[in-house]
Amino acid sequence: MNWEAVIGLEVHVQLATKSKIFSGASTAYGASPNAQACNIDLGLPGVLPVLNEKAVEMAVRFGLAIGAQINRYSIFDRKNYFYADLPKGYQISQFETPVVGEGAITITPENGKPRRVGITRAHLEEDAGKSVHDLYPGMTAVDLNRTGTPLLEIVSEPDMRSAQEASAYFRQIHTLVRYIGICDGNLAEGSMRCDANVSVRPAGQSEFGERTEIKNINSFRFVEQAIEYEIARQIDVLESGGRIERETRLYDPDKDETRSMRSKELSNDYRYFPDPDLLPLSISEELVERIRSELPELPDARQERYTSTLGLSDTDAAAISNDIDRANYFDACLAAGADPKQSANWMMGELSAYLNKHDVTLTESPIAPEMLAQLIARIDDGTLSSKTAKTLFDALWSAGASGNVDTLIESLNLAQLSDDGALTQIIDDLIAANPKQFDELRGGKEKMLGFFVGQVMKATQGKANPQQVNQIIRDKL
Amino acid sequence: MNEFSSLREMSAGLDRGDFSSVELTQAHLDRIQQANAALNCFITINAESALAAAAQADEQRAQGNKSPTLGLPFAHKDIFCTQGILTTAGSKMLSNFVAPYDATVVSNMAAAGMISVGKTNMDEFAMGSSNENSFFGPVSNPWDHGRVPGGSSGGSAAAVAAGLVAGATGTDTGGSIRQPAALCGITGLKPTYGRVSRYGMIAFASSLDQAGPMTRDAEDAALMFGVMAGFDPKDSTSAERRDAWLDTTVANGIAALDRPLTIGLPSEYFTDNSNLSDIDAAKTVLQKLGHKLVEVSLPHTQAAIPVYYVLASAEASTNLSRYDGVRFGHRCDDPQSLQDLYERSREEGFGEEVKRRILTGTYTLSVGYFDAYYLKAQKIRRLISEDFQQAFTKVDVLLAPTSPTPAFKKNQLTDDHVAMYQQDLYTVPTSLAGLPAISLPCGFCDGLPMGMQLIAPAFGEELLLQLAAQYQGKTDWHLRRPGDSA
Repeated sequence: MNWEAVIGLEVHVQLATKSKIFSGASTAYGASPNAQACNIDLGLPGVLPVLNEKAVEMAVRFGLAIGAQINRYSIFDRKNYFYADLPKGYQISQFETPVVGEGAITITPENGKPRRVGITRAHLEEDAGKSVHDLYPGMTAVDLNRTGTPLLEIVSEPDMRSAQEASAYFRQIHTLVRYIGICDGNLAEGSMRCDANVSVRPAGQSEFGERTEIKNINSFRFVEQAIEYEIARQIDVLESGGRIERETRLYDPDKDETRSMRSKELSNDYRYFPDPDLLPLSISEELVERIRSELPELPDARQERYTSTLGLSDTDAAAISNDIDRANYFDACLAAGADPKQSANWMMGELSAYLNKHDVTLTESPIAPEMLAQLIARIDDGTLSSKTAKTLFDALWSAGASGNVDTLIESLNLAQLSDDGALTQIIDDLIAANPKQFDELRGGKEKMLGFFVGQVMKATQGKANPQQVNQIIRDKL
Repeated sequence: MNEFSSLREMSAGLDRGDFSSVELTQAHLDRIQQANAALNCFITINAESALAAAAQADEQRAQGNKSPTLGLPFAHKDIFCTQGILTTAGSKMLSNFVAPYDATVVSNMAAAGMISVGKTNMDEFAMGSSNENSFFGPVSNPWDHGRVPGGSSGGSAAAVAAGLVAGATGTDTGGSIRQPAALCGITGLKPTYGRVSRYGMIAFASSLDQAGPMTRDAEDAALMFGVMAGFDPKDSTSAERRDAWLDTTVANGIAALDRPLTIGLPSEYFTDNSNLSDIDAAKTVLQKLGHKLVEVSLPHTQAAIPVYYVLASAEASTNLSRYDGVRFGHRCDDPQSLQDLYERSREEGFGEEVKRRILTGTYTLSVGYFDAYYLKAQKIRRLISEDFQQAFTKVDVLLAPTSPTPAFKKNQLTDDHVAMYQQDLYTVPTSLAGLPAISLPCGFCDGLPMGMQLIAPAFGEELLLQLAAQYQGKTDWHLRRPGDSA
C-alpha cells in the first residue's frame, strides 16, 4: 500500500529576554546550578508572578512576522502537574486564549517546492527546571536556573507530509526567530526544542490516522531522523495488522529509534484554569503598531529582493537570506558599494570555507563586510587578479580588524602588472624562447594561447592581468 | 497606659515621653508571657528582635521622627513571610520554614516603625472558622476559654481582645478577619481586593485573599490600614492607586463623617431569627445619627457558600502544590521514590481540613467536572458581584450581621463541616465581590460579643471607617473587656 505521513510540530522557542518571564532573575545560560533561581523561581510560599513585558513584545513580533492575528486579550492559565523540577507544581501557560492566533510560514524543503505551513497558534509559557539523573547514584539533582525562562510555543497545523518538510519547517522557524531577534537559536543550549505529532494514512484517505507524539527533539538532524523512523515504524505496525496507540514517544539518537514513554491512559489531567495571580493580558493597538513598525525585512522579502532586484541565483539568494547574520553581512557589503554577485560568490565560497575551517561564526569573522567590499573593488578596478585576491583574502583573515586592503596589496606586492611595456617585454621573451609553440598558435591551435598565458602568469607570479596578457599575445599574431 | 490602651493612645504616650518604645514593647512581651499559655494566641514570640527594633524606634524618635506609628508594638498573623523568622501558616508542613524574605505588608509595617512582637496562631493555611485547624493547637476565646475565637485569624483576634497587643494583622479569604473579630468583640477591616499587597502572604485562594487590620476600634484600624495598604509592583493584582485620605488618616485620624448616609439592609441577611436584637439596637443608633435605613435585596446570597467552596478550594488545590517536600518545608523520612516523597510528605504535612479542600479543588478542576463546578461558580460569582453593584446604586453602605452565631464551643462543629462552613454565610458574598467590609462589636448574647459588618463599594474603606468611628463614638461595645461583667 501507498502511505502518506501527516506531521505537525510544536516548537518551543526560548525568548531572548534578559530576565525571566515572571521574575527578575537572569536567563543567562551556563551559570552554576540554582545560582539563577530567585524566590519566585523557587516557588517559595507567598511569592507572586509579575509578567515580563519584553516577552509579550517578542511574542507579538513573532505573530506579526507570520501574519497572524494578535489576540488583544489573552489569559494565563495554570497547567497542574507534579515534578521535582517544577517548583510550584504548576506551569504558567496559555491554554484557551493564546497571545498569537492563526498564521502561516512558507517552507522550501531540500529538493522540494516552496509550500505554506499553517500555524495554529503561539502562546507564552514558563520553562521548567532541569532534572539531572546521572550525577549522583540513586538520586536526582535538580537545577532550577532554567525555571521561568520565557518560552513561545509555536503549534503548527498538521500540514507536513514528510520528515524533510518537518525539518525544513523547524529550520524556517529557526531562521525567522533569529531574524526578528526573539531567540538566539542556539540548539545545543536548548534554545529551541520541538515535539512532533506523527501519523500515517493510506494515500488518498482524508481522515488522519492515530498519531503519536515524539517529545523534546533538539536538532534539525534529529527531527528528520526521528520522524523518518517513526513513519517507518507506524507503517510496519499497520502493515503487519497492528494498531497505532496514541502515546508519547522519545527519540534516542544513539540507537536512531523512538521508544514509548507513556500511553494516553496514563496521561495527565492538567486541570487548566486561569491563574488568579495574573490579570488577563491586554495588548493595545499602539503596542502592536509600534512592534509592526520595528519589524526587520523578513527572510522571504529579502530572498525576493536578492533574486529579482539583484539578480542572485535562487540558491545563493536562499542561502544568504536564510540566515540573519549572512543577510546582514551581505547587505553591509552592498552598502559598502560591492557588486552583489561577487559579494555572494565570496561569501559562499572563500569566506564560508574559512569560517568553517577556523570554526568561527560570521559575526566573529575577522574580515568585516567593508573589507570584503574593498577587496572586491580592487578586483573590479583591475588591481587584483582572482588569484592575488585570494592571497589578499588570506592575509586579511590573518590581520583581522587591523587589516587594510590597500596597505596589504602594497606590502605583499599583489598589484597586477598592467604596465604594457613590462608585460610586452615578458611576452616577447617568451615568444622568442618558444618559437615552435608560437607558430602552432599562429597556425590556429588555440590551446597554445593558454600555454603562453600560463607562462606569463608563472613569470609574474600571478600578478599579470590575464585579459591584458591575452590581448597582447593576440596583437602579436 | 494599660493593656487595653489603643494604638493611638500609645502613640500619644510615646510622643509625650511617658514611656519609651522599649518599655512599651517589654510590657507587651510580659503580658504575652503571662497570658499566652492559656490562650495559645502566638506561635512565635520575637522578644529579641522586637526589643532591638523598639530601641531603634526610640533612637529615631529622639532624632525627631514624629511618625504616629513609630515604636508601636503589634503582631503579625503567621501567614506573612518574615525574613529570618519562622513562618508556619499554622501548618506542620511549614513548621520548620524560616522565610528568606519579608512580605510587602511586613516591610511596610517595619518601614513605618511598627514593632512586631510575634506571629499569631491561625487555622492551617487560613482554612477554617474556629482556629481548631492549627497544627499548633486551638486558640481560646478570651471571653470564654471553652469557646473558639473564630478563624482563621483567631490568634490575632484573641490577642487583641485579651489585651496582648492593640493591633494585629489578619487575612480574610471568606471572612477570616471579620468573623473572629465579631466572635472576640474587636474591630476588623477586610479591605477591597487589591488594596493591600499579597506578596509574601502565603496564598490560600489568590482571587479572594486580602490582608487587613484587627484592632479594638476603628481609629486604630484606620491607622494600621494606612500603613498596610498601597500599590505593590510585585503583586499583579494590586490596585495602582494611593488615596490621599490614607495618609491624612494616619497623620490626623479619621475625618468626621459630614453627611447622612443611606444604609441598606439586605433582606437575605436578616432571615435568621436568632441574635438579631443587637443589630436592631445598632440600627436605632445609626438612625439617631441621622442615617436612613432602607431594605435592599442581594438575591444570589444563598449561592455564595457553595460558590465560595468551589472556587476557593480550586485555587487552594494548586496554590498548595508547591508543598512537595523537595525544596522547603516538611519532608518525610527516607523517601523511596519521587512519588513516595510527594505522597508521604503531603500526607504527613497537611491537616485534615487542608486535605479536604485540596481534594475538593482537584475534583472541581478535573476534566469532565470543570464546566459544571468551576465555570458555573465563576458565573454565579459575577451575579453576586452584580447584586452588590445594583444595591450600591441605591445605598451608600450595607449593614449586616457578621456571623450567624456568637462564639461556639470548642469541638462543637468540628465534625459538622457544613455547619462550620455556614459560619461564613454573611462574610463570603463580600469576599466573592472583592468589596471592603468592617466588622464592629455591636452587643452581647449570653455574655459573648456579637458583631455587625458594614460593607461599601470597592475602595470605599474611608466611608466604612468614618461610619464605624461615628458609631463607636456613640456606643461602648468596643470598650468592653473580657472579665467585665457583661
